[in-house]
Amino acid sequence: MSKLAVNKDFCIGAGLCVLTDADVFDQDDDGIVTLLVDDPGDGPSIKEAVANCPSGALSLVDE
Amino acid sequence: MTETRELPLSMQREGFDPAPALAAIRENEGITKVSTGFGIDAWLITRYADVRAVLSDPATFSNSRVSELPLPGVDKIKRKELAERQAGNLLALDPPAHGRLRRLLTPEFTLRRIRRLEPRIVEIVDEHLDAMERKGPPADLVADFALPIPSLVICELLGVPYSDRAGFQERSNRQLDLSVPLDERLALQEESRDYMATLVERAKADPGEDMLGMLVREHGDDLTSVELIGIAGLLLIAGHETTSNMLGLGTLALLQHPDQLAIVRDQPERVDAAVEELLRWLSIVHSGTGKIATRDVEVAGQLIKEGEFVMCALPTANRDPQLRSEPDELDVTRGEIGHLAFGHGIHHCLGAPLARMELRTALPALLKRFPDLRAVSSTPDFRSFHVIYGLTSMEVAW
Ligand code: HEM
Ligand code: SF4
Repeated sequence: MSKLAVNKDFCIGAGLCVLTDADVFDQDDDGIVTLLVDDPGDGPSIKEAVANCPSGALSLVDE
Repeated sequence: MTETRELPLSMQREGFDPAPALAAIRENEGITKVSTGFGIDAWLITRYADVRAVLSDPATFSNSRVSELPLPGVDKIKRKELAERQAGNLLALDPPAHGRLRRLLTPEFTLRRIRRLEPRIVEIVDEHLDAMERKGPPADLVADFALPIPSLVICELLGVPYSDRAGFQERSNRQLDLSVPLDERLALQEESRDYMATLVERAKADPGEDMLGMLVREHGDDLTSVELIGIAGLLLIAGHETTSNMLGLGTLALLQHPDQLAIVRDQPERVDAAVEELLRWLSIVHSGTGKIATRDVEVAGQLIKEGEFVMCALPTANRDPQLRSEPDELDVTRGEIGHLAFGHGIHHCLGAPLARMELRTALPALLKRFPDLRAVSSTPDFRSFHVIYGLTSMEVAW
């Protein structure tokens, strides 16, 4: 099981994560990624969002 | 050194497709030395995974050091001046300078902010379709539809008077056209900056509700005038020369694939995916900004030495079988977003949410309004020497 890690310092606000799964990802007023759920797990849409994130702000870390 | 008028390999295409020579490099050695057309050689990266890796590593592949390259006919003083003129140009900056500016602009381009523009974009599209209908066929799809729509949108967003369009449309087009002599392109850049400078001065005196006004109001103390000019100039040119070519080429591609055209026209729930597939398949930006290696580094088994120039072949990478099966097929029913048409890494297109909104509004509206739309000529007028691929014109009837 892996856990989603978010590094807001890297986020460039491209919003691809929101396009991938709008139930989990959102952008704050500054355009920076925020999570809408506490524990999004590591399902297919999370993996896809991590793979698509252009800035490396999203990653999956082993627990 | 003289300028070549030969088309650099990175820009060579056959119709919509990257030239077979490029695909062959991707399948074989993966990387090759190419001539850039301005007297310097470059390593051209062609595979999806390698392009992503290069674009993800700005510490090793620097955009800002490109200003050190010896351009033919440009002496040292002029070069320094050119480098200074890079202020505000996100594409010429590395971290942390890049992040500082990008963060000021990010809030303006979030999906949420762009969604607020939707009603106005719908209106602009309808106005242009009405005008085409009133005038009757034939029309030039580029001049009457593909260019003016994104042009008007970015003007309104930025706060650039649309009535000045004749001047800046011509300038942005010729600035990016490699068949125009370098001297003339540099002079045009200068003219564009002068034009932007007047707009920035105006916004400083009386900041409006547009993006220039916002930047002046909210960040007037952190941004120099030169930076404001650079930012606004990049947004104007990027807003003009990109979506418009996607609209032109995308329409032509769909006309040549009538079954897929019908999907875009009749199935609104599939339009988002279709737009992604068109972005991938057309990859209108041939290579994005070149980079300088800041250390010796290996890519695709090849040693790249510190100081060497590196370019990424986006269309070739987007046709990599590692990214999609049957990559050379246009199939609008798939539409994953992992492609590289908007770049990757910290320079990933700032305007992507806007471009997506424009495309998914304009393409189906055009096809619905003119269900019998057809290209008058069977030989498309591709513009080959342009940094961004597209059509010079496209006569259509209905
Ligand atoms: C379909 C249309 C578009 C395509 C295919 C496209 C493509 C790209 C690509 C490939 C890059 C990265 C270039 C590189 O790494 O050298 C980029 C960056 C950029 N684009 Fe777009 N673009 C489009 C529309 C727009 C629009 C409408 C705007 C502005 C409103 C825009 C603004 C920018 C800016 C400012 C950057 C630089 C970002 C940075 O360096 O951080 N683009 N675009
Ligand atoms: S995809 Fe990555 S860079 Fe873009 S908003 Fe999400 S976390 Fe930020």
